[in-house]
Amino acid sequence: MGTLWRWLLVLGGIWAFQFLASDQIDPYFYSIIIYSGINIVLAVSLNLVNGFTGQFSMGHAGFMSVGGYTSAFLTIWFAQQFPGVLESPWSGAPVFVGALLAGGLAASVAGFLVGLPSLRLKGDYLAIVTLGFGEIIRVLILNLDFIGGARGLPGIPALSHFGWVYSVVVVCVFFVARIMQSSHGREFLAVREDEIAAEATGVNTTRAKVRAFVLGAFFSGVAGGLFAHTLRYLNPQTFDFNKSFEIIIMVVLGGMGSITGSIVAAVLLTISREALRPLQELTHIDFRMIIYSLLLIVLMLTKPNGLFGRREINELFAAWSTRRKLKREGLS
Amino acid sequence: MALEFLQHLVNGLSLGSIYALIALGYTMVFGVLKLINFAHGDVYMIGAFVGYFSARFFRFDDHSSLTGLFVTLGCAMSGSAALAFLIERFAYRPLRKAPRVNLLITAVGVSLFLQFTGQLVFGSDPKFFPQVYVPTGDWSYGELKINVLQVVVFGISILLMGLLQFIVFKTRLGRAMRAVSFNHDLASLMGIPTQKIISITFMIGSALAGAAGVLVGLIYPKIDPLMGVMPGLKCFVAAVLGGIGNITGAVVGALILGMAEELLVGYWAPTYRDALAFAILILILLFRPTGLFGVNRTEKV
Repeated sequence: MGTLWRWLLVLGGIWAFQFLASDQIDPYFYSIIIYSGINIVLAVSLNLVNGFTGQFSMGHAGFMSVGGYTSAFLTIWFAQQFPGVLESPWSGAPVFVGALLAGGLAASVAGFLVGLPSLRLKGDYLAIVTLGFGEIIRVLILNLDFIGGARGLPGIPALSHFGWVYSVVVVCVFFVARIMQSSHGREFLAVREDEIAAEATGVNTTRAKVRAFVLGAFFSGVAGGLFAHTLRYLNPQTFDFNKSFEIIIMVVLGGMGSITGSIVAAVLLTISREALRPLQELTHIDFRMIIYSLLLIVLMLTKPNGLFGRREINELFAAWSTRRKLKREGLS
Repeated sequence: MALEFLQHLVNGLSLGSIYALIALGYTMVFGVLKLINFAHGDVYMIGAFVGYFSARFFRFDDHSSLTGLFVTLGCAMSGSAALAFLIERFAYRPLRKAPRVNLLITAVGVSLFLQFTGQLVFGSDPKFFPQVYVPTGDWSYGELKINVLQVVVFGISILLMGLLQFIVFKTRLGRAMRAVSFNHDLASLMGIPTQKIISITFMIGSALAGAAGVLVGLIYPKIDPLMGVMPGLKCFVAAVLGGIGNITGAVVGALILGMAEELLVGYWAPTYRDALAFAILILILLFRPTGLFGVNRTEKV
């Protein structure tokens, strides 16, 4: 069975689950599953930039907000122009997919505009410029009155659900995994390993970096759209630096350069956020940020490669089965 | 019209001189470690809080006195220097040989840790900074009014910058610092205790940030645990604008940024205040990445 078929089978399973069982899950549990999915998309797409291409970006929440606001604005406008269309799943679905794609495209345009000038910079400079762009996007949204400004954007149609979120997860993971197997992906890795050597072997490093950046921005924009239609309310404050930091820690914890790691870390951190909620109510501050930041420092000091390093689950599995085979044959 | 402009310039100068104190710390740490110390803005916040608690402890808020101001400044500076020592010793030093990006991530972690632990310890609501020194009256030249407090703040900043200039260019310690920033390995071959010098540089830079915390508390008497985030980022921009690693550059960049910000708020778009610094950063990195006073260093393979 080809790889594509396996992925399509997973997609089919997700939609079967959506139609058969999604309304029987406890709503609280359901929302954790949904936010895990959104965070997986964010973490995997940031990993493409920070992990695989080695360009430390700290403005991911900015692209997420561009995508979220664009798609939310579109669906709200559509709901006003053509009332009733969004209620039916058959006519609502294409509109929603279109809005998500538009959000992703808007975010990738923003990514292109940000990336083209700033990707000439390296390391710390790039980090702070992307952080700055994230802040500029936030300040711009705060000042745009037609999308609510500081009041936020309420009344977004509730279009997102398990099926959509996890379809995007599958598409995103498939896409990133396949890209990393292609020559484009090899270019990203070459840029990460040694930019000068990559350039000497004929890799157009700026183009590779901008591509990674634009792709990452696209998926974070789509994730922003999902987020908007799940929460049904957007506020510029949601997309501040702490949001970017949250995505960064998912990538770092999972291992910069491991899709499996990003997925595991995104799920872990989404659950831990809920587990830490009592502490947050006790202390009246965002307590998990203390734990996240400590975790980050300790991680860097003791296990800088994160949980998975640069390995994927299938590589780990292959290594494990080889070891077992060797043992069985008495070779080790 | 011209008067209003002058007034904005005066305000900008006093804001810029505070920025300069913070920017100096960035530029010094970058000089010796090639690291953007993200936690620097939060060291400044801690400085303000140490000043707040020491002024309350010594009861300087009852009556305004210059002694009170200087003791508060001293406490804040030593407090933030001590914090800087701890940060450098336990978070940055173990990573000296690690890839640069790990150091960057740690710095971001330390910054957020200070912000949120600050909220936990001090409470997240803003506090009123005790007015340890309140000079009476304004100096006025015709219609132009100059707040004496602003002059005092400006004077203290200039004094501290002069002191720094003296340390860096006229003492053995300063020579060691410059040697370390030029080349770590060579410096240690020449018998310079590199680790110690890095640690001291960190502490001096952070002491300046602590002083800035108190001075800000005098002019804008409202302090809270997240107050360091924006000034921290902006002063980094100021340091880059002047050419990071360059002491004069940091001061000039900070003054330019302070005045540009005041003028933007006064004449054009106050809501874009926080975006201005980043816009400047992006422009400077595009057109003159080494900053106004920086020298171009070619990268060797």
